[in-house]
Amino acid sequence: MADMADKQESAQESAQESTKAQALRLSRAIAVANAKIGRPVNLMEVCGTHTVALFRHGIRALLPSGIRLLSGPGCPVCVTGIPDVEAAMALARMPGVVLCTFGDMMRVPGGKLNLFDAKADGADVRIVYSPLDALNLAMDNPDLKVIFFATGFETTSPLVAATLMQAQDKVVENFYVHTVHKLVPPALAALLGSGEVKIDGLILPGHACTITGTVPFEFLAKEHATPSIVTGFGPLDILEGILMILNQIVDGKPSVDIQYRKMVRPEGNPKAQEALRKVFTPADAYWRGIGTIPESGFALKEPYTKREAVAALGPVDIPDYPEPKGCACGEVLKGLKLPTDCKLFGKACTPDKPVGACMVSTEGSCAAYYKYGGEL
Amino acid sequence: MCLAIPSKIIELDDIMATVEVGGARKSISLQLMPEDVGMGDYVLVHAGYAIQKVDEEAALEAHRLLREIALQMEAEGALHDPFDDEGYVIPPSMPPI
Ligand code: SF4
Repeated sequence: MADMADKQESAQESAQESTKAQALRLSRAIAVANAKIGRPVNLMEVCGTHTVALFRHGIRALLPSGIRLLSGPGCPVCVTGIPDVEAAMALARMPGVVLCTFGDMMRVPGGKLNLFDAKADGADVRIVYSPLDALNLAMDNPDLKVIFFATGFETTSPLVAATLMQAQDKVVENFYVHTVHKLVPPALAALLGSGEVKIDGLILPGHACTITGTVPFEFLAKEHATPSIVTGFGPLDILEGILMILNQIVDGKPSVDIQYRKMVRPEGNPKAQEALRKVFTPADAYWRGIGTIPESGFALKEPYTKREAVAALGPVDIPDYPEPKGCACGEVLKGLKLPTDCKLFGKACTPDKPVGACMVSTEGSCAAYYKYGGEL
Repeated sequence: MCLAIPSKIIELDDIMATVEVGGARKSISLQLMPEDVGMGDYVLVHAGYAIQKVDEEAALEAHRLLREIALQMEAEGALHDPFDDEGYVIPPSMPPI
């Protein structure tokens, strides 16, 4: 037994060793490419999972000082607007209503309160793992109105579309959604188009691209000449993705390419794309801290519009709350500031007492910086 | 929140399937799968839906990574359920693969 454990351990150690060796090799190649470019390079990731992975794997320590990593609007939880949270709370407080949502949404601050507060106050708010759980709850309780408060990028919206299609097929009349889905490509178009921040390359989200494929991102290279690589979440994946971006800069040939070939195909998942087209139509959406971005969200199409919770069960009274004073979330999400540049960071604003939404989600930039101790 | 976990199909029932990952079992929907899947196949699972088939090697590599993170998180005193929305972590008790 002890022998086996020993063997296992040494196998693990040698696997780790080779990961380390490969990481160092990539890190050297990155330094060489950076030297060839001969100027600092700003890279932005737009996926909360990448934000966290960069810290977890200590990637920054492996990069030359000429490479600056910015976190973009990569966390769908962080960009959920105050009015959307207020609407969710107002819906949840209605009699006979159950509001279901993902766990991450519970602590997102509305104007003053969050969904946990609403729940403590007697509203029926439940955390679910899948939108299907909410649909099942509706089927089991025909006398309740069950609402799924749906957030997420392209990874998540097809699942909500599929759940709505099922609700329609099974004639589940008491199932509704409050959707605040966001689309990644229009946000990147707005960010690059604004010219506010200089981005030399984009690390594209691995799992969102599993659904979309690379086609909706082609404009990054064609219109903005910005090298963009769909990257996985392991340390070697990320380093390789960064190297691929730098090589494109060196060659002066920006393109949209996939590092994460094991999981992402250029065409994406056609069935999920079809579900999106069937249920949703693009609509303007409000991104917290950033503002309204044209066609960057989804509205329901016929025959699904009757399931839009606010329209069907409202009207709901949504007071007008300003963003919390001093919170720099918007600038952080646009890559204009690092979380540590915010005056409230780590003082008035911590994960236990978050002021802005970027400190709430585990994948928010401010929360990640706080947890891993500032810029590593 | 966009993380998807490669999971092994251990039971098939029309458009639903049971998957296993890290010893935990879960019923998931195959409604969005663009291709046919069979018993023992690995699929990428996000919030109750399979979204793509993955080959075994890639799945096992992803598990190794997730287990490393799980160990790290356990050391930090914060471990999530693998199917929890914000957790994307396989319990360290998962048998070695
Ligand atoms: S540290 Fe807090 S207050 Fe400052 S930008 Fe981040 S979330 Fe907003």
